[in-house]
Amino acid sequence: MTNIFHSAWMIPLLPFLAFALIGLWLHRWPKISAGLSLAAIGSAFILSLLVALKIFSGHPGEFYKMSVHWLNMPGLQVDMGVLIDPLSALMLMVVTIVALLVQIYSLGYMKGDPGLASYYAYQSAFAGSMLGLVVSNNFGQIFVFWELVGLCSYLLIGFWFGKNSAREAAKKAFITNRIGDFGFLLGILFLAIVFGTLDYGELAARVPGYHNLAVLIPISLLLFCGPVGKSAQFPLHVWLPDAMEGPTPVSALIHAATMVAAGVYLIARAFFIFNSTPQVMTLIAMVGGFTAIFAASIALVQNDIKRILAYSTLSQLGYMVMAMGIGAMTAGMFHLMTHAFFKSLLFLGAGSVIHALHDEQDIWNMGQLAKKMPFTTWTFVVGALALAGIPPLSGFWSKDEILLGAYTGGHMGLYLLGSLVAFMTAFYMFRLIFVVFFGSRTPENHAHESSPVMTGPLLILASLSVVSGFAGSSLTDNWFAYWITNSAVVHHEPNMSIMVISSLIALSGILLAWIVYQKELISHQSLRQRFAGIYQLLLHKYYIDEIYAWLIKFLVDGVAHFLEWVDLRIINGAVNGLAKCTGRLGQGLRYSEDGQVQTYALYMFGGLIVVLVTALCAVFTALA
Amino acid sequence: MNGFPILSIALFAPLVGALLIAFLPRGGGRTIKWIAAAVTFVSLVLSIKVLVGYSFSQGGMQFIESVPWVADLGVRYALGVDGISLPLLLLTNLIGFSAVFASWQVEERGKEFFILLLILITGVMGTFVATDLFIFFLFYEVVVIPIYLLVIMFGSSKRVTKEYAGMKLTIYLLIGSAALLVGLIALFIKAKGLLGFPSLDIATLAGLQYPVPFQVFVFSLMVFGFGTLISMFPFHAWSPDGYAGAPTAVSMIHAGVLKKIGGYGLIRIGLFILPIGARYVAPVIAVLAIVNVVYAAMICLSQKDLKYIVGYSSVSHMGYVLIGFAALNLISINGAVMMMFAHGVMAALFFAMIGNLYYKSHCRNVDDFGGLAHQMPRLATGFMLAGLASLGLPGTVNFIGEFTIFVGAFRVYRSLSIIAIMGIVLTAVYILRALGAVLFGTRREEWDHLQDLQGLEMVPLLVLGGVILVVGILPFLIMNPINSGVGQLLASVGLMQMGGNF
Repeated sequence: MTNIFHSAWMIPLLPFLAFALIGLWLHRWPKISAGLSLAAIGSAFILSLLVALKIFSGHPGEFYKMSVHWLNMPGLQVDMGVLIDPLSALMLMVVTIVALLVQIYSLGYMKGDPGLASYYAYQSAFAGSMLGLVVSNNFGQIFVFWELVGLCSYLLIGFWFGKNSAREAAKKAFITNRIGDFGFLLGILFLAIVFGTLDYGELAARVPGYHNLAVLIPISLLLFCGPVGKSAQFPLHVWLPDAMEGPTPVSALIHAATMVAAGVYLIARAFFIFNSTPQVMTLIAMVGGFTAIFAASIALVQNDIKRILAYSTLSQLGYMVMAMGIGAMTAGMFHLMTHAFFKSLLFLGAGSVIHALHDEQDIWNMGQLAKKMPFTTWTFVVGALALAGIPPLSGFWSKDEILLGAYTGGHMGLYLLGSLVAFMTAFYMFRLIFVVFFGSRTPENHAHESSPVMTGPLLILASLSVVSGFAGSSLTDNWFAYWITNSAVVHHEPNMSIMVISSLIALSGILLAWIVYQKELISHQSLRQRFAGIYQLLLHKYYIDEIYAWLIKFLVDGVAHFLEWVDLRIINGAVNGLAKCTGRLGQGLRYSEDGQVQTYALYMFGGLIVVLVTALCAVFTALA
Repeated sequence: MNGFPILSIALFAPLVGALLIAFLPRGGGRTIKWIAAAVTFVSLVLSIKVLVGYSFSQGGMQFIESVPWVADLGVRYALGVDGISLPLLLLTNLIGFSAVFASWQVEERGKEFFILLLILITGVMGTFVATDLFIFFLFYEVVVIPIYLLVIMFGSSKRVTKEYAGMKLTIYLLIGSAALLVGLIALFIKAKGLLGFPSLDIATLAGLQYPVPFQVFVFSLMVFGFGTLISMFPFHAWSPDGYAGAPTAVSMIHAGVLKKIGGYGLIRIGLFILPIGARYVAPVIAVLAIVNVVYAAMICLSQKDLKYIVGYSSVSHMGYVLIGFAALNLISINGAVMMMFAHGVMAALFFAMIGNLYYKSHCRNVDDFGGLAHQMPRLATGFMLAGLASLGLPGTVNFIGEFTIFVGAFRVYRSLSIIAIMGIVLTAVYILRALGAVLFGTRREEWDHLQDLQGLEMVPLLVLGGVILVVGILPFLIMNPINSGVGQLLASVGLMQMGGNF
């Protein structure tokens, strides 16, 4: 049997091929386009599965690597290649599973959309770019695909380009990410100069022996800018909630499960660099922790079903980044995996609701959908329970790992913060569930359960949300930690009291939501009035968008207008002034050439006198 | 070589076309265009043939043709290509060929238009294949006349009149070339003294040792001359006005290749002949380059006319080329040459799309459009491709140029490079703002009558867009020639630096 690893390079290439074929030729036939896209991601899934089976049947330290020269000259070498190790194999599985399910789901969700062919073309391009990112074996390659997933995100957020809001959201996403990528690129350039290579393997061999922190700290900081942009960490988080303008399956795939997690994946990949700079690790943990609580607090009061989920994603990404920062890389990756399943489930569930209600997204216009859409409701509840961290669902295990890491690592503050976020998460998720699916209000709507092509993926994701956590539980001797690890990662024995406490916290969050939104024992309107200041602050997302808009208007556009003035008035003014002077001079001198013989005779006479006087003066001076 | 004068044929094919057109009756609209298309196609095919036939193992100047011309001055009609001129030769013909199709709608005075256009193409091409300084300068001057006539006859007036734009363009080019001429004469006289016989052969001149003050002086003159041509700050003011006033094909050729003569001249003549002078002046160029990048990019943010946006953006992108040059190492100069190629293709595509839109709508103002992707999806594709290339997205050839420049320049000018790299954010902002406003958003009824690109209008999009993607995905197609050419040039001037430890 041939070595399946030798075919691994086809995993990213197949979706790209589908993209090219659809874009160049098949876009006239939407159904064929969709079919081709599905075939490509399906094959990529099967290949990934085979690759993963092989890598997980070996030993943790084993890897497979191949590469070809792409950009090559003395002093600069960027390869394109494939690196298959347990970490990338895991990501391959997560990405292909979610992408495949989302593409199937989209058959129903996007049915009848006039842009269906381009939708599938973009989906294929995204799948190819994301898989290319996952299998990268050097920083040059990851940067290329990093930007390409950003492009696909841009195209898919702005997919309904007729909407001005979609256009603005897409632009914002791209530009915000570019700011992060600016730092990321600088970090890569520093690496290239200091270590002379961009290859992970070579860097991993050289960085640990390099002790000049004055160089390593800037490198780590700059590299971290990439994840801050892509994984939407504070202060570059602003694009992710707006990205909800895209079709909901896109939000599920790109803005919940895969692309936004690329930042976390990058930290895991480059863990050997970050880990050698404890100062930066602390910063990463703080940024992650802050984003987690910051976003969760906003999610408490949002009214748009997708935005609640978006802020929840932000918060969970913060959780993962925090895990990375406290050195619990395994826990962060574990949470990345479980989150990919339950969050895409939640988004697709929300999509099912939105689809049934004809693009209604305000939760207060929904209610009692449980009877009309039982399937969507119960899968959604499974996803929410997993997110809230109720045992034995997947989120419980992964969140517990992170809290355990914070607790035993001595980060008491972050442990408390994480627990508080867990409470808020349970509360806002069940606020959503009680308002949308249960509750007492009965708004006019004619919702129907979605078609099997949409509910099928929900069922699969719900099952994954239930079982995927066992991979990292003591039931499987923490299979996950056995594979996804790093010499620097410390593992802790499971701590029963932490498990119990975090479960109780999650349950109390759900209970509070039940009291307020189901039983309405406490009126949420009166709460809103009593804490009007805080409520407004949260509703307006701490006014961060407004501050940024003001800064852009006054700083960026102001400077732009000033420089335009400089260019027009000063630079061009000087040029035109010079031209005018020349012209004036000519105008003035023109009068000397009036064509009259008398004038010329006068000039001659005048000249003669000047010469004579000069000569006389010279003679007299010589004599005297 | 086998005696077949392939470069001369490529060079003079457009001129022959111009002659043929001159003998056609005035009304021969379609025939004129097809002749123009045919001769530019011949040049394009020949330049591809040259690229394919060039032997990298051998390196150096190849396809050499050399005939004595003015013996007293040592002038020879000498042509040849190496890895640096090859991409630019190809670029010229890619753009020349596309420019003919981008001008397909020119009806009035079509005969004059295409004659001038073809002369222009020959002129530009000549500068890239000349290995004799006199021939180089001759072709450079040939370029000026058709440009002036094309702008004032076929241009458009918006913020400034086309007469103003044409005059500004021409005077800037002439002042630049005057400085250059002084430098060349000084070089000629000095070299004659050192050699004992007159010569204007670039390689011969480069083999001499000039005193340092002389090198600095002559190189500074060249920086002024070539710097004006490549729109180096503060000599850039001709560029946005010139492009805005010029007809589409001239904007394409001017922004696409003519500007690159400046960068090419700095490398082929300035650095090659006067390496020590280059080393002295390089830090000044680097600082001005940063001003180019950031200053022009900021101005782009406040522009509303599409042509001004691309005009200022090309000034900004030339800053990358200049800092790549100023860093004076193999990687950075490789990047600079690649960037010239990349920017050429991208700018030409951009101007072709703007020209098409302007022809159909008589409007170029960003705010007057909106949602054009509804009516013109193919045009939107072209715009997006050019825009994404402009902001240096991986997968487009521009990324290769920018990334290579950054790696090379970062070694030498650390903080200046960081400022330059900020340009990638600014570029994204102004490109996405402009394209978003034009292409996306609510459909506007008043543009429903606009026809999408079709038939021959697709040629510039397919040719230039294809090159952007193909070279972007397979960069070694162009980077290997560049690397061989720049490597040999640097080795011969003793500047070869091996960076890193691969």
